[in-house]
Amino acid sequence: MSSKMSESTLNIPVVLPGSLQANRRLSQWLGFHADGRVTVRTGKVDLGQGISTVLAQIAADELDVSVARICMQRASTLQGPNEGMTAGSMSVQDSGSALRQACAEARAIYLNLAAKQRGLTAIQRAELSVLDGEFVSSADESIGSYWTLADDALLELEATGIAKPKAVADHTLTGQTVLRLDMPGKVLGQADFIHDMVLPGQLYGRVAHPPSPGAVLLGVAMDTINALPGVVTTVRDGSFIGVIARTDYAAVQALKKLAAAARWDEPATLPDMHAVPAFLRAQPVHTTLAGERKSDTPGPSLTASEASRTAEGAQYFKRSYARPFLAHASIGPSCALARCQANGNGEITSVEVWTHSQGIYNLRPDLALVLGLPAAQIAVRHVPGAGCYGHNGADDAACDAVLLARAVPGRPVQLQWTREDELTCAPFGAAMAVDLQAVVDADGRISDWQHDVWSNGHSMRPGRSTTPVLHAAALLEKPFARQVAINMPLANGGGAERNALPSYDFAQWRTHCHRALTMPLRTSSLRSLGAHCNVFAVESFLDEMAEQLGVDPLVFRLRHLSDDRGRAVLNAAAAMADWPNRHAGERREGSGMGIAYARYKNTSAYCAVVAAVHAEAEVRVEQLWIAADVGLVVNPDGVRNQIEGGAIQTVSWVLKEAVQFDRTRVTSRSWEDYPILRFSEVPKVDVQLVSRPGDKSLGAGEATHGPVAAAIANAVADALGLRMRQMPLSADALLQAALADPR
Amino acid sequence: MALRHISLHINGHSVQVEAEENTPLVYVLREELGLKGTRLGCGQSQCGACHVMLDSVSVPACDTPLWAAENKALLTVEGLGQPDALHALQQAFIDEQAAQCGYCVSGILISAAALLVKCPQPSEEQVRQALDPHLCRCGAHNRMVRAVLKAAAVGAAT
Repeated sequence: MSSKMSESTLNIPVVLPGSLQANRRLSQWLGFHADGRVTVRTGKVDLGQGISTVLAQIAADELDVSVARICMQRASTLQGPNEGMTAGSMSVQDSGSALRQACAEARAIYLNLAAKQRGLTAIQRAELSVLDGEFVSSADESIGSYWTLADDALLELEATGIAKPKAVADHTLTGQTVLRLDMPGKVLGQADFIHDMVLPGQLYGRVAHPPSPGAVLLGVAMDTINALPGVVTTVRDGSFIGVIARTDYAAVQALKKLAAAARWDEPATLPDMHAVPAFLRAQPVHTTLAGERKSDTPGPSLTASEASRTAEGAQYFKRSYARPFLAHASIGPSCALARCQANGNGEITSVEVWTHSQGIYNLRPDLALVLGLPAAQIAVRHVPGAGCYGHNGADDAACDAVLLARAVPGRPVQLQWTREDELTCAPFGAAMAVDLQAVVDADGRISDWQHDVWSNGHSMRPGRSTTPVLHAAALLEKPFARQVAINMPLANGGGAERNALPSYDFAQWRTHCHRALTMPLRTSSLRSLGAHCNVFAVESFLDEMAEQLGVDPLVFRLRHLSDDRGRAVLNAAAAMADWPNRHAGERREGSGMGIAYARYKNTSAYCAVVAAVHAEAEVRVEQLWIAADVGLVVNPDGVRNQIEGGAIQTVSWVLKEAVQFDRTRVTSRSWEDYPILRFSEVPKVDVQLVSRPGDKSLGAGEATHGPVAAAIANAVADALGLRMRQMPLSADALLQAALADPR
Repeated sequence: MALRHISLHINGHSVQVEAEENTPLVYVLREELGLKGTRLGCGQSQCGACHVMLDSVSVPACDTPLWAAENKALLTVEGLGQPDALHALQQAFIDEQAAQCGYCVSGILISAAALLVKCPQPSEEQVRQALDPHLCRCGAHNRMVRAVLKAAAVGAAT
């Protein structure tokens, strides 16, 4: 009986950290080589955020080898762990923790083997140390190394969870800035981007995308295109048309002719660009209660009558906020390579794809659905592209590449999008409208709170449905139905409702998410998802209430925040900016400061921001002071780079960006129509990391987007007395607000 | 659309290419000569990713026809420095970790180098003005400005 019990106890699988739980074989993660190198594989991909360096650093730390020995392998469906998407600032959490454990186990396996070969006692084994891969006894004698014992078979085991990763105090590399391993290649202009790949026999493709979201191809004379110099062939499948040429330049030239030759039916499917919040509110929606808190001893509430609230000395507030559709707007166009193999009957038997997708394992099943092939016959490899900032056109371009490559079996085809494709065909960050209501009791505390958000879903990633979501899928002769974006469950960070739950201790609150079931423009994940607009709304609203109550915005926030880590970043940002003295002395006309705070996803990094602006005809952000707590910091400069970059990108979103469209077409088609922040407009950015080495690492890449947006709006209100409730805070919007201002 | 032999002086070397003379330089560099360091961004001279130096002036290679480069000194990022002999700007960009994805960096390095030729000790404002034609989406601007000033301080122009 007892032995049976212990057996069954042993069979309960150990819960392993991060992605190791689902990818338990150690050889999936790493391997040692006799020449002194360590191969490390992860399923996370470098999107310009520098994750490969951080993961190399973690592996080197845990194995006790120098970082220079680590060879990071690019993710591929052919080998390595399946870690799903590289998104949501989860890589250090998911992949880093898994890699730490896998390396700790590999280290133990190798040390045990070395000890066994030398016949060491358990005590002698425990005294072994590892010095850059060399196993050293307490008598300072080398008894072997990872390199002398290197044997792939040793790691053909499942992780057990028995070996324990080092204590934080024993880390030698974690917490140190390790320079990015890929930086020398970038400054030398090496051919490391997918755009630079050239395979033997490579051809170049371009696709003439529909000029508007609902366009259907009426006709196109392909003969004239096929006759153009350098053109190998053209492809048409329904409303999908493209050209394959011997060089990219020939393909680009032919594309212009192809686009001019195509005749389209273009129904007017788009809403009024100037009334998007009203449009979102008028759509059929799927409404969910994203969260709520009830109190046994409620103070003045939103459901109470106005008379009773007045009798209690309470005040009621309601405001609405919004953001437009935003483009990912990568500097490099989306790009992919594909090579198809066919059998004697011309049927496609296997496909290879090279892509800068955030999720090679998600892309594969959608390609399989489009092609009608088993996923196992499709290999997808990651190659770095330009920064993507979420779900941009990378996956769509991969599908375009495959559809072209199908026409030339055996030949690799590189497919690039144009700038116009990038700004019109890729998924957009969803427009959002937010209504906030609150009751403040006689003591100046928020006693009830309600957040309602209207938006399209923030996720239309491939690989999650039986219908492919790739751009071309709906255009084919046998089209797949257009899908509507969803929101991921809140446990996975949510989408439109991300950060729609308060970061503060309100006695009662509830949050409703109204996801639109019509989708005139394709929307999917853009960095920080709903958090950007939700935090903009919440933190603007708090300032509006604080102003009416005559309370300092910092004091008002701290009054409702008991989380010590949140208080610490707010106080740190305020100290950096000398917040209490911001109005001391003579004020320059048009200058102002604003503060904002959020804990990203309510569960991740803490971030507080003070913004200083100068606003006349247009808003100029002069400086940002940012305090962030991302738990254990693995690579301090990497974290700072992410925080600075996120903040500057947000300044661009907030001041300048909105996708433009008429009732038929997206009209922002170049950088002229979709301007982003330039060097001369970038503010000074000061970052302070609040160190928490005892707490787990939290992603840094998206923590700033909400707080920076709100801090700017609050600073504009401080500067001009104008409350801007819709992004962007452009010169036009400023003028409109000034004209509408009753004062 | 006739093909023509054109002499180019790229990164200190003379090369002959045979191409249609109006071909934008970026395609000649990337496709004919395999110099992939010059990135194709927008193809509309609006983003700066493809800048190269032509007789010490930073120009967009997507909007410069091949004929315009004939018999001029053409510098691409590959000619700026070598792995074992980095240009001071490249070293400063590494020291400052002045990039994230790096797609914009080649063009920015070229404009920075052109600035330092003209103005060896630029002010921060002059650096920002010189880099204003270049878009960076990752938000590494301030690091790049610091890196250029740092390179100027160690005498990158000499």
